[in-house]
Amino acid sequence: MTARLTRDEVAKVALLGRLKLSADELEQMTAQLDRVLEYVDILNEVDTESIEPLAHPIELSNVFRDDIEQPCLSREEALANAPKTDGRCFVVPAILDGN
Amino acid sequence: MSILGASASQLLAALTSGELSAVALATACLDRIEQLDGTIGAFLHVDRKGALEQAALIDQRRRAGQPVGKLAGLPVAVKDVVCTRGLPTTCASRSLENFRPPYDADVTRRLREADAVILGKTNMDEFAMGSSTENSAFKITRNPWDTTRTPGGSSGGSAAAVAAGLAPLAIGSDTGGSIRQPAAFCGVVGMKPTYGRVSRYGLVAFASSLDQLGPFASDVAGAAALLEVMAGHDPRDSTSVDRPVPDYRSTLEQPLSGLRVGVAPEHFAAGLDEEVASAVHAAADIYRSLGARIVDVALPHSKYGVAAYYLIAPSEAASNLARYDGVHYGHRAASFDGLIDMYATSRGEGFGPEVKRRIMLGNYALSAGYYDAYYLKALKVRRLIRQDFDRAFETCDVLLSPVAPTPAFKVGELVDDPLAMYLSDIYTLSANLAGLPGISLPGGFSQRGLPIGIQLVGPPFGEETLLRAARMFERETPWHTKRPALAVAR
Repeated sequence: MTARLTRDEVAKVALLGRLKLSADELEQMTAQLDRVLEYVDILNEVDTESIEPLAHPIELSNVFRDDIEQPCLSREEALANAPKTDGRCFVVPAILDGN
Repeated sequence: MSILGASASQLLAALTSGELSAVALATACLDRIEQLDGTIGAFLHVDRKGALEQAALIDQRRRAGQPVGKLAGLPVAVKDVVCTRGLPTTCASRSLENFRPPYDADVTRRLREADAVILGKTNMDEFAMGSSTENSAFKITRNPWDTTRTPGGSSGGSAAAVAAGLAPLAIGSDTGGSIRQPAAFCGVVGMKPTYGRVSRYGLVAFASSLDQLGPFASDVAGAAALLEVMAGHDPRDSTSVDRPVPDYRSTLEQPLSGLRVGVAPEHFAAGLDEEVASAVHAAADIYRSLGARIVDVALPHSKYGVAAYYLIAPSEAASNLARYDGVHYGHRAASFDGLIDMYATSRGEGFGPEVKRRIMLGNYALSAGYYDAYYLKALKVRRLIRQDFDRAFETCDVLLSPVAPTPAFKVGELVDDPLAMYLSDIYTLSANLAGLPGISLPGGFSQRGLPIGIQLVGPPFGEETLLRAARMFERETPWHTKRPALAVAR
């Protein structure tokens, strides 16, 4: 049985998902994910040629409301769980270079 | 009256008549939690002060003849995946260890309006991912019937709390069986409503097209009462359905004449524990004795359910958990190098192994080059699974099946074999894929004295039928009256 998932692919997917994995985690994860992917191959037995995907069980669409302002969180409430704040905003590492 | 072992309905009657005060009942539950929860580990957070304050207010209003809510004075335990304003809501994850939501979930608001007394938040698998509650970052929960075994998951804390008499009612969430399976393992009633029946506003999202909140109770009447309060349209959840909520309690005692109970031969294949199969067959016999017809139905795609689910759910989870980036709330790493590293380090530190596994699986299945073969394929199989059920419900009113392939397994038994753990969800996850309501009720015991659950699944918005059919079985059997040894009065 050839492995379908390489450590490199797993590392790439970890980057996509912004997940830092240790070398051990990467090793273990590769083996475990490979087993699961091998298992889900069973879906290839099913003929889905003319079948529409079912993303959602009740298939509602366009659930709108009127664009009227509703009560919302106060600034204080919104900042209450912030890892770092200056009392006005969420403080994060600089994204843009320069000033 | 003896509070211990009393059902929610019995307690509500005693509270309403004034025989029992809300403070006395809350105190009794809180004291039992203090006595027993060191062993069981059902709760992550107990709000003694808040619960007693709430109870005192309710007693005051009752004595003054003022109106009180439908569940007035009844203690409820809430799974820690549900936002409760000002109380910790951790989802059993280090990434939300210190998170206190600034808002109540819709179900929390409804509980408060019904004057329920919220005792605290219960343990779970991290972000609701798991079937044993062993994936909690903080502690494991033990099955009150055998403390060397798991209570099931991911709502293990809620199920164990009700089984051990720590709370007469509890709330859980069910994405692939996370209410029904722990209910079966713990010998209590657990129900997942139709998708859209209960608002998901304030339910921390795992898989948005699969998640539903639902009730735990020691009997069907308790589950019906709690469901009545939880259900209803919520404009803040655009997937919540605008349909009136029936008075489930008022029709509960009415048996269904001409009931057709469907049984799928596919459910009795290899891997199903003999004692579980016997319990389900015995249930069919009971329905027969009540005049119901047992009908063979075909669910030919049921064997693809696990594969479809374990592509769809992780894909949705990968998307939903992208918000935990250490920016607005949740864990932020102490040291990192730049923004991307802040995300990666914070998430790496905050998430446990199962959560990471599912995020990885999801992102892989959704990534360019794999999306069609994995995610889209799974969604097509999902439609076929749904069509199987639609066809089955043309010839039967409810579907009878096992809940889990075995009774509760030992702590540590499956935690290192993710695939084996996933396969154990085979009887429950199809209802989530199809959006259908399902209820697990006590259906007997194994030779070892472990609870065995039986499951009824119904057509969309068939909760009333499910509850009445469940009550028909419950009336004829003693299982729901049994209590684990450690829950009996000392």
